[in-house]
Order: sequence, then structure tokens, then C-alpha cells
Amino acid sequence: MAETSGNGKVIRVEVLRYRPEQDEEPFLQGYDVPFTDDMSVLQGLQYIKDWLDGTLSFRWSCRMAICGSCGMMIDGEPRLACKTFLRDFPAGTVRVEALAHFPIERDLVIRMDDFLAKLERIKPYIIPKEERTLAQGEYLQTPAQLDVYEQFSSCINCLLCYAACPQYGLNPDFVGPGIMALLHRYNADSRDGAAVERMEIAGSEAGVFNCTAVGYCSEVCPKHVDPANAVNQNKTRAAGDYFLRLVRPKGGAK
Amino acid sequence: MEVWKADVAIVGAGGAGLRAAIAAAESDPSLKIALVSKVYPMRSHTVAAEGGSAGVVQAHDSLEHHFHDTVAGGDWLCEQDVVEDFVARCTEEMVQLEHWGCPWSRKADGHINVRAFGGMKIERTWFAADKTGFHMLHTLFQTSIKYPSIRRFDEHFCLDLIVEDGRVQGVVVVDIASRRFTLIQANAVILATGGAGRVFRENTNGGIVTGDGMALAYRHGVPLRDMEFVQYHPTCMPGTGLLFTEACRGEGGFLLNRDGYRYLQDYGLGPAEPTPRNKAMELGPRDRLSQAFWYEQQKGRTIDGPHGAVVHLDLRHLGEAKLRERLPQIYELAEEFLGVDPAKAPIPVRPAVHYTMGGILVDGRCAAPLPGLYAAGECSSVGIHGANRLGSNSLAELCVFGKTAGVEAAAFAKSVAHGPADVLLKQAGASQQRALDLVIDPSGTERIATLRKEMAQSMEDGCGIYREARSMQATCDKLAELRERYRKVRVEDTSSVWNTDWLLAIELGYQLEVAQAMAWSALERRESRGAHQRLDGYGERDDANFLRHSLAYHAGADAPHIDYGDVKITRSPPGTRAYGAAGEKAEQELAEQELVEQELVEQELVEQERAAQPGRTGEAHRG
Repeated sequence: MAETSGNGKVIRVEVLRYRPEQDEEPFLQGYDVPFTDDMSVLQGLQYIKDWLDGTLSFRWSCRMAICGSCGMMIDGEPRLACKTFLRDFPAGTVRVEALAHFPIERDLVIRMDDFLAKLERIKPYIIPKEERTLAQGEYLQTPAQLDVYEQFSSCINCLLCYAACPQYGLNPDFVGPGIMALLHRYNADSRDGAAVERMEIAGSEAGVFNCTAVGYCSEVCPKHVDPANAVNQNKTRAAGDYFLRLVRPKGGAK
Repeated sequence: MEVWKADVAIVGAGGAGLRAAIAAAESDPSLKIALVSKVYPMRSHTVAAEGGSAGVVQAHDSLEHHFHDTVAGGDWLCEQDVVEDFVARCTEEMVQLEHWGCPWSRKADGHINVRAFGGMKIERTWFAADKTGFHMLHTLFQTSIKYPSIRRFDEHFCLDLIVEDGRVQGVVVVDIASRRFTLIQANAVILATGGAGRVFRENTNGGIVTGDGMALAYRHGVPLRDMEFVQYHPTCMPGTGLLFTEACRGEGGFLLNRDGYRYLQDYGLGPAEPTPRNKAMELGPRDRLSQAFWYEQQKGRTIDGPHGAVVHLDLRHLGEAKLRERLPQIYELAEEFLGVDPAKAPIPVRPAVHYTMGGILVDGRCAAPLPGLYAAGECSSVGIHGANRLGSNSLAELCVFGKTAGVEAAAFAKSVAHGPADVLLKQAGASQQRALDLVIDPSGTERIATLRKEMAQSMEDGCGIYREARSMQATCDKLAELRERYRKVRVEDTSSVWNTDWLLAIELGYQLEVAQAMAWSALERRESRGAHQRLDGYGERDDANFLRHSLAYHAGADAPHIDYGDVKITRSPPGTRAYGAAGEKAEQELAEQELVEQELVEQELVEQERAAQPGRTGEAHRG
């Protein structure tokens, strides 16, 4: 009654299990999964869930690398399970674990409320430079102006960059690469006028200066958002703002 | 069980749910709004919409054109008054999203750009590259953070509606991480839970698209309308069903059969021209394109692939630069998932289930017949899609009717008071127990995946692109059998932390009942219209008997009861759906006829005036 008969190929999928009500600590559990060359790691996990072990828990939805649900460590690297393919593990075994640097809720499911709390703090919405009514139509924005922030607006909140960031691993207060990219997305938008407000967050203790410029965040980003670039641009800016605050101490930067 | 008192509770936080939440919050900041989602809002399936969202902007376009495209596209099964309201409000909603930061693609002068889409006479599809749904969803989600009165219940699963004293008074939800139950007491509830495409085997939908809200309303006696109309999208990835947006064709892509021939010209969609002409060939409506695929397959002119027959989506002539700019996600999907470079080779595609045209019956104000209940987006049937949705109308629908639902629900909530919590808690407790019974029943023998697989295969066999009574009846019988077997469903996982096995079992219960509504509505519709096409002697549209909405009523453990409701026709009497050259000819004839009629009317007026003139001088100027 199994879903895929495959073409005779079988891969050993080792999954990090952790059920807080019964397991003292996480452990690896292996499953033999028949596969075809077009099957993703996610499809491998679905096979396990459907036919081998209904107790395995993981997040997934769109299957096409846009909903951001299925970030996990695959052979030690932060990857989206839906766009990592079983064919790419020729040794016949692959290890799947919960995303690094986050508390595990259960199996491959991590707690992500820290990310949401940080997102809410940076005011991730347009605070208009100039008000405009709907009847006045859209704000004009040239393709060049769009280009300045578009890539940073492509963050799917998959958290791979957080799992890649050594600094976030050491200090979870660090605002982190994804949020910095989103902050920059709004700061760099020609319609927005609240960069200074947001820079108070970026330039604070937990802000940009925590970044040690490893750049692994950009390497693992599945959507080419390049958060390291956003962090760097804001380092320059935060340094400028810091200097301004020194010269004009009270509300001078406003 | 905890109780959280809200004014408005919204179930589902995709495009429609978020837009509703913002509208309710803006209509009265003192209202408490509960926004419930079984995933984090940005995971909602709106995220996967690619091509764009409709809104008339060009000088040579008009609301009239958008209206007629939509009504004809829906094969005249649309509520025309609702469509009129819809087309009139799309553009403002798109501008609103622009003000909220949506990164719409632009023209060189800074104005937003529009692209061509299937079945649309004039380009009016706003787009953000080929990730329009993603950008709309994130814009709405991030904007929603501005409103302190919106309290999110992320990763909370909705188990039931609470109906007391003849009206909806709340929802029962469970926190997925902890299995803690909460009764959200609310004076109005908006369902915005999306479609039900996962009841079919090959589909473009995310795993969460399981018809939850439809089932919740249906179980409480609200009919599901027009459920037999399920849209097959013509260009999907074989095997997984992942979507290659219609924008591929809007930008100029071709569909080729095994001989490299643009076969759509054989199905009344020609002539084949080198660049896309609106409402012709590859820019025909989705139902016609999926049906043409089926015929090509019958004729043996498709290509055999590892996941069944395919045709080719050819984008090569557009060149890599344009593809990277306009269709970047499609480029990556083809490269990574199929190993195909679309600038160098055609992409193998086949139709897959994409969209549920029908849904929870609501009126033009998004109100269901059950007081206090509202619905918006794909889970609802507000009446704009009829028998076949036009691409880019559904993203606009999320905003237009999400807003309506939010405003109307807020107004209703203020008109009533919270009922006694103890009575509601008793009901909620019973819902909680029913859900928990699934976990603690050790006698379960039926594997969830087995039941789900048999359901999905049966829906594909019986309710696919072409249908006949025998196979639809077989599907109806199969679904009855599966519902019986579902009573013995086995949930392996008994834990209370992130027990997704348990949630899958609950979702399967929702799916089986929604699937029944689809299959029985299909069986009873003895005609062919839009996405519902029959081969067994009912191959033609039958306005005399079936220019009516189907209404599926829940009937406990039995098959649904199917009834019918009137279709609202305002100014477009049912006509012939014609596309390609035939469509242009028909439109021209219609325009000429209207001109002739207008001239006749004017002539008559002149004659009347002339006849009346001797005794009534000056009459014409009076009033």
C-alpha cells in the first residue's frame, strides 16, 4: 500500500527525534526510504510519516520553496527539505535534524516565536514619507528604486540564515540576518520615511554590530536575499547615526 | 478550557483573513479581533500564487470589459450584481496594497505595470514578478502587525464553530504545540480557510489546503455552493503538480504537443500567432486549455513521461534575460525540480487540480445564512467565479471581499452581545471530547494515509477534467465507504505536543465530507458548463434546467442533500462562450448588434418626439 515503489533505490534517512513527554534527550532514528531521482527530502519525510511512522512531526506546506516552513539541517547544513533532493546523497544515507540555534519543540519542529517577536519590533510596514489617499493612486516608484529593496523583500522567513549565523548561536538577543534584511527592505523603500526609527533598533546593543561578517547567512539563503549585504549596508548607516547622536544628543536624529 | 473574549474571530490568516482582520481593526479600533491560523500567517497558501491580481487601470480598458470577461469566463454561473461590485473595487484594493508596500512591478515611468492573463480581454493583471501571492501575503501580514487590536493565535487549529441561540458565537481552537484548548467567544466569525484542492491526487496546493472552513460551516447546516466546479490548471509539474504560472503564457509562452504543434488552434482557440493575443490560444481560459490537453491525450499526441502524459510549455523564444526578470521563480523551479533550463528546453507540463470555485454560501456582503457567520476567499462562494474562475481574479477577491467580510462582521459584532459563557463552554467541551476521542481510541485499524490516498485517487478518477455518471457514482460510493472506514481511523501518535498525526486525522474527516459535496453536486448536474464537463450525453450547457447554483447540504453520515438556487443575472444574458477568432467575431457582432439596437431606439425616440411635437412644444426640455 506504499506510495512509491521507486526504482529499487533505497536511502537511509536518519532523523533526529525528540518528544519532550517521553524522551530525555534527542536521538537519531533511521528509516529506509525507497526513492526516485525526482524525490525531495520532504517527500522522503512524508513517506516515513505516511507509511512507516506516523509519530514523526515536521512542518511543511507549499512543496515549492516559497512558504518557508520546511527549513531543517540536512547533513549538517541549513536547507529547505522541499528543494533538497534525495538523489544528491550518493552515499545512500542522509541525516535530518531540527534547525540549529533554535529550541526544539518536537522532532524537526523548532520554536520560532523569537523571530516573530523581533519582526514585530522593527515596524515591518511602510510608514509613509508623505501621506497619499487611495484616490490619488499609487506612489510612483521607478524600476531602479524598486531594485534597491526588492531582493530584501523576498525573504520567506525560513530561518535558514539564523541556523547559519554563528553569532545568533552564541547570542540569541542578536537581531539576526533575516530581520536585518527585512528592516533594510523597508528602510530602502522610496515610499518609506521611518528609517531613523528603525535604525535605533539596528544600531542598538543587539543590532548590526554583533555581526562578525562570516557571510554564511547569504550562502544558505534559498531566495538570494543576501542578508549579509543588508547587515553591512546598515553597519555603515548605524555608524553614521551613532555619530549624529553624539553631536546632537537629544532627539537630534529625528 | 480557557476562554478568550473577542468581538470578531477570523479563522485562516492568508490573504482574505489578514485583509479582513485589518478591515475590522480599522473600522473600529476598540474591537478585539482574534486571528486564528493553523500555521504562521506567512505560510498560508496565498503565498504560492504566482501570476497576479486583476484591477482595471489602462485607459482603453473598462469595468464593463472586466465584468463581461468574468461572467463569460464563469459560463454565466456568476452572481452578476456581485461581479459588478467586485470589478468596481479591485483597483482601489490594489492601490491600497501598493500604499502598504507591495513591491508591484513597475513601468519605466514609475507607474505600476500590468500583464496579460487568460480569458482577459485587456491587460489588467497587476504583478510582482512571478511571486505576486507571496508579496501580497507578506505585505498584508507585516502590515497587520501595525494594529494592536489584532490578537494572533498562530499554529492554533480550529475544531468547531459554536452555534447557540441561532447564531455563531465563537470557535473552539487547540494550540498545536501544547494541545491546550481555547474557546474564543466572538459575536461574529469569519471563515477564510482557503480551498480544498488536496482532496484530489495531483494538485498545485500546499498540504494545508484541506477545506477546513468549508467542512465547519457545512456541518452546521450552511450549504456549500457550486462545489462541482473544480479548476484544473493546465500547466503543472508532472508528479508533484507544482504550478507553472499562467504568466508564462501571458509573457508569450507556447503549448506544444509531441509534434511541436500549437495544438490549441484545433480547439476553437486559434489562429496561432507568434505573439499572444488576448483571449486566444495560450491565453484562453483554464477550463478550455485543460480540456484540450485531455483530447490531445486521447488522440495520442501527448508525450509520455515518468508521471504520465505531458505536453510542452515552450518559453525558449522569450530568452533568458526576460525569463529571469519576469519569471524568476519559474526559472528556478524548472531548473531545480526538473533539471530543465527553460531558456534552452521546453518544460513538461500537465493539468492538475488548482482551485475550488465553489464554497460556503455567502451573499455579496460575505454573510452566510447562519447569522454571525461570514466567509471570504477561496473557502467562500460569493459568486464571482461561476463555473470557471479567470486567473488573477482570486487574488483580487481576497482583498475586495476580505475587506467586506471584515467591515460587515465588525458591524454585526457590535449589534449583539456575548452569550452566557457556561452554555458555550459546554458545547466547546463536547467538541474537545470528540476531537480527543480520535487519539484515545486504541481500536483504530485504518491508516490515515491509506484512506487519504484512496480518496484522492477516487476524486481524480470520478471528478476529473471529463466526467460521466458511472465514474462519478463510483466515487460517491467510494467516499461513503471511506467515511465508514474513517470511523476506525488509527492515530498512532498519542502525545500532546505537536501531534500532527492527530491533526491529519481531523483534516481527513473534513476532506471526506467536502469531497462528498463535490462528487454529489457533480453527479447531479446533468449538463456541461465551465469546469464541469460530461461525456455521457450531457455534453452541452443546459440553461433551461441548470442555469442554477447547486447547494449541497450536510446530511449527517449520509450523502449530502443537493438543492438548487437562482443565479442573479443583471445585464449579461447567457451567451456563447467563444475565444480566439470566433470570440472576436462574436464580440464584434454583439457590439454591432448593440449599435444597431441603440440606433433603433434613438430613431424611435426621434419619431415619437416628432409625432408629439405639434401639441407638446417644449416638452422635451422640461424634464
